[in-house]
Amino acid sequence: MSERTLYDKVRERHTVRELPTGQDQLFVGLHLIHEVTSPQAFGMLDERGFEVAHPERTHATVDHIVPTANQSRPFEDEQAETMMAALEANVERAGIEFSSPDSGDQGIVHVIGPEQGLTQPGMTVVCGDSHTSTHGAFGALAFGIGTSQIRDVLATGCVAMSRQQVRQISVTGELGPGVTAKDVILAIIRELGTDGGVGYVYEYAGEAIESLGMEGRMSICNMSIEGGARAGYVNPDETTFEWLRETDAFRDDPERFERLKPYWESVRSDPDASYDDVVEIDGSALEPMVTWGTTPGQGVGITEPVPDPESLPEGRRVVAEQAQQHMRVTPGETMAGYEIDVAFLGSCTNARLVDLRAAAAVLEGRTVHPDVRGLAVPGSQRVKAAAERAGLADVFEEAGFEWRGAGCSMCLGMNEDQLVGDEACASSSNRNFVGRQGSHDGRTVLMSPPMVAAAAVTGHVTDVRELAEVSQ
Amino acid sequence: MTDEGGPDVPTVEQVNGTAVPVRGNEIDTDQIIPARFLKAVSFEGLGQFAFFDQRFDGETPLEHPFNDERFAGASVLVVNANFGCGSSREHAPQALKRWGIDAIVGESFAEIFAGNCLGLGVPTVTLSHEDVTALQEWVEEHPDDEVRVDIVTETVSVGDTAFEANVDDAQREALVEGLWDTTTLMRANQETVRETAESLPYVNLDARER
Repeated sequence: MSERTLYDKVRERHTVRELPTGQDQLFVGLHLIHEVTSPQAFGMLDERGFEVAHPERTHATVDHIVPTANQSRPFEDEQAETMMAALEANVERAGIEFSSPDSGDQGIVHVIGPEQGLTQPGMTVVCGDSHTSTHGAFGALAFGIGTSQIRDVLATGCVAMSRQQVRQISVTGELGPGVTAKDVILAIIRELGTDGGVGYVYEYAGEAIESLGMEGRMSICNMSIEGGARAGYVNPDETTFEWLRETDAFRDDPERFERLKPYWESVRSDPDASYDDVVEIDGSALEPMVTWGTTPGQGVGITEPVPDPESLPEGRRVVAEQAQQHMRVTPGETMAGYEIDVAFLGSCTNARLVDLRAAAAVLEGRTVHPDVRGLAVPGSQRVKAAAERAGLADVFEEAGFEWRGAGCSMCLGMNEDQLVGDEACASSSNRNFVGRQGSHDGRTVLMSPPMVAAAAVTGHVTDVRELAEVSQ
Repeated sequence: MTDEGGPDVPTVEQVNGTAVPVRGNEIDTDQIIPARFLKAVSFEGLGQFAFFDQRFDGETPLEHPFNDERFAGASVLVVNANFGCGSSREHAPQALKRWGIDAIVGESFAEIFAGNCLGLGVPTVTLSHEDVTALQEWVEEHPDDEVRVDIVTETVSVGDTAFEANVDDAQREALVEGLWDTTTLMRANQETVRETAESLPYVNLDARER
């Protein structure tokens, strides 16, 4: 049978049966859990007297509440300690593998899954976290679920899912200098809207996507949910396979790698696959993007003016006006020059080695502006160690960045890493919602890691391409 | 329906009650329940924190429908577009439910949020932009009168007016037939789960290989 997309193939392979509601019962290949959304699900399981059906397909980490300064136990924050202890007890009892801080493998759930080779093409991957879409970068069908669904997966190894439509987003051409995967996804969300993807799975394709490494593909798939799409994926190719070959799952088991590779290749969308919608975006026309508002769809190119709300479609006007008031930006002006107080390099979107390397390249030989607090928060303990071996940590510290432990950190301010008052933050994270970074009056400007580094140096939002010219 | 250890799953055909309008597009789950209230291992007591940062500036109460005495006791929430976008935290519908909300009527909902609501038996029903606006105005004027959300006939009615609503097919089936407890539904298929799993090249259930 031809004409099928990766989504069709993976869904069909994992369908146990159609439920009476019309939803599909899908077998879950990988269930990732963390401390914030899983304890209640374990509680529900207990109430019903069920055991975890597939502990061997489940993997745990701690990321949201983990301190990134001092990780010694007990955590200083009592609530964080309680959550950590609950997770430890649950995984111990169920026999679930746990990348704990002591293991050297701990990190943000969407960083460690791919890093350890847990995430593989043609798998279904779920986690109680909306950024689970990240794992689609490997050609997996990966999506975020709520806690009642975590209970479902723990109890049955399955999840109930309505059929989705598939939209192919083809990004053509070659990305210009200073333009990264983050800019591509911010441009896509601006184009299609924060709810444009509701009911869809996004398939990212085209030269600009295929030429990205796995980290870039992850950044793009990660933010699918900011465009309303619960899942996004890239068809697996040699880049994907090369990444997998080097992971824990296959490094010492080349036979298994060779055995699974034909399956991975078979799930790629057929060349004549039919899509419910196709969108083309000219990647060569993109420039570094920054957000001016309080939704990830409110972005502009760094040389473009902030739009007048009146010029926007009716449904977006009021939100835009409120956002501009909150952010204190003026329509007609560009975001360049917008003063910042904090530079945050981190999150499941942009805290992998490639991201840190790109930021460090900008910081090399420069220093953080005296009025700016810079935080570099690696996505995992392994990323941290690799960055230290590569000398990147030294670059950050010499430039004046704080070099911290792995976790979600200031992306959502559930640990001590939070904005204060009306601080403005140049952030490599994924959400600029009001209050997201821990202060209700805080102001978040989303951008790529090199753009965060540039803003950290100048103290205001800066076109990283110009900074590069200045130095040359 | 029940199975071993499964709960009784009530059917939800109608939700009738007074309503509360919360206006605005793109109200994300961080607004519905700020992350600091997620630092707990249960959902208990979340109701009081619904929309907390919109309702309070520090200790000072702000103007917000959830602070408005007129809407106390409301069980139908009326919202606008892309409600519940962002984080997948089930804490958001849990907080609303625990505040007293049994049904949400809006222009559109984010997918994960709507799924989480269904898991709690809370319908997410959509109306056109014009009808939501009219309904919100009506509720403002009639805070003590009942709004009737009918899942079976897909209508939302107030007084003599009935708005044509839309309920996702799977959601309607699940609510009306009492099939929204998916753990119960899916546990009934254990044998087939095994067959499906064994047919996947990357799964070896006997070796318990990852």
